[in-house]
Amino acid sequence: MICQECGNRPATLHFTKIVNGEKTEFHICEACARERGDSIPGAVNGFSIHNLLSGLLDFDPSGSASSASLKQQQALRCEECGLTYTQFSKLGRFGCSSCYRHFADRLDPLLKRVHGNTVHSGKIPRRTGSQIQYKREIEQLRGEMQGHIEREEFESAAELRDRIRELERKIVDL
Amino acid sequence: MTKRRFSQQAVSDWMKGDGPESDIVISSRIRIARNLSHKPFPMLATNDQLVEVMEQLTEVENSGKLKPIGKFETIVLSELNELERRVLVEKHLISPNLANESRGGAVILSDNESVSIMINEEDHLRIQCLYPGFQIKEAWTHANRIDDVFEDETDYAFDEKKGYLTSCPTNVGTGIRASVMMHLPALVLTQQINRILSAVTQVGLAVRGLYGEGSEALGNLFQISNQITLGQSETEIIDNLHGVAKQIIEHEKAARSRLMSESRLRIEDRVKRSYGILSYAAVIDSKESAQRLSDVRLGVDLGLLDDVSPQIMNELIVMTQPGFLQQAFNEKMSAEQRDYRRAELIRKQLRSQTEHGGA
Repeated sequence: MICQECGNRPATLHFTKIVNGEKTEFHICEACARERGDSIPGAVNGFSIHNLLSGLLDFDPSGSASSASLKQQQALRCEECGLTYTQFSKLGRFGCSSCYRHFADRLDPLLKRVHGNTVHSGKIPRRTGSQIQYKREIEQLRGEMQGHIEREEFESAAELRDRIRELERKIVDL
Repeated sequence: MTKRRFSQQAVSDWMKGDGPESDIVISSRIRIARNLSHKPFPMLATNDQLVEVMEQLTEVENSGKLKPIGKFETIVLSELNELERRVLVEKHLISPNLANESRGGAVILSDNESVSIMINEEDHLRIQCLYPGFQIKEAWTHANRIDDVFEDETDYAFDEKKGYLTSCPTNVGTGIRASVMMHLPALVLTQQINRILSAVTQVGLAVRGLYGEGSEALGNLFQISNQITLGQSETEIIDNLHGVAKQIIEHEKAARSRLMSESRLRIEDRVKRSYGILSYAAVIDSKESAQRLSDVRLGVDLGLLDDVSPQIMNELIVMTQPGFLQQAFNEKMSAEQRDYRRAELIRKQLRSQTEHGGA
């Protein structure tokens, strides 16, 4: 067997890892092990099993795309509380309400599986909820106003502008 | 009113054995999960943040905002000892999670113990209403009013699309869990229970034992609750549970009358043997006592035993739990001592029943 590092010398260090019946093997030669700043077992500066094992965890023999997406997943992190998506998927709990925003892209398939649905259709808080209602209305009126302006119907546009101002005042008063 | 009272008195309102359909539905419960915006959920919050959350939420009670709804009292969990916390769990007033793992935990209890508002459990706020009998809609109306009071005073974490944001994705949306506790001995005896329960799980409902997640169905008690919280309105969720529970009630009633018409003698024998054992046993473990109490309760509901009140099973199921026993006898006990004390307590309760002329 040839060393996986240099591809020249015969491999003399063999490590086999079996996780859930999936076997991963790792073979290198003594020289390459030394080059990495390590030495072989029993020698001075004992080549620690830990070094090799952590090396194995990073080592991906297939170099497959799945590891790339895994990396991406690991990098996904809530900017508010710092919880990573990987931690979330292990714990099954969010760290804060902003996690919903930061993990939004991945959340819908999960929610669909759990609830068969992704959009809330129940109660809306009375106080902050009416704000949501007004905001929705304002957004819609702005679109209509833009249309009037483009068609140079300034009178109608002005009417809508006044209604938008009224709603905005209501939001401030809340 | 003292804090001790909540952990010493066995009978909460929900155990009194009244309310609609109370021969089959022991209790109806609504739990609403809410979080404050701009604060990490309890799992990741610092101790200081949790204290702030607790102060902000208990202030709602302290400042009298809940007065129009009823009389309440705030209990800070760190001020209770381990045993007192455990008793509150066995009475279903707080969750095991709040009792054992929470930081900055507190509970606001109504004086009849039908409302318990948990602070810093998995979510910042959990409003629970527990009613006797089949009153799931009434429980929701009440819980909803309390939710409105808290919403007036605090900013909830709410998203237009995802609804109320919760720590666990299984609660997001409405944040409500509605459940009914049902006593279904005839469906178990006639071996129809598995068929019915598997049908229940297919319409988006879950079945659990007496003490919630992961607990087994002791004493033929089954808790049926909604699984889905997102995409259905509160009313839809409650109507769905209400409809399914109603059907199960009908099945249990049919099974009971069939038992009475086809094997009355065998049922009567079973009920009276259990009553005999409970009345005279010197040692009894919690599993056997739950089963025997279920038999006795069935006997009462079928009119086979007339000197026992229906309340006895609800009460004794709670009183014979390990924490409550230790509290009642005021000592720490081994499992063996508990089995002995449990038998003693049951005998005493049953005797006091007959002495007072029963129900």
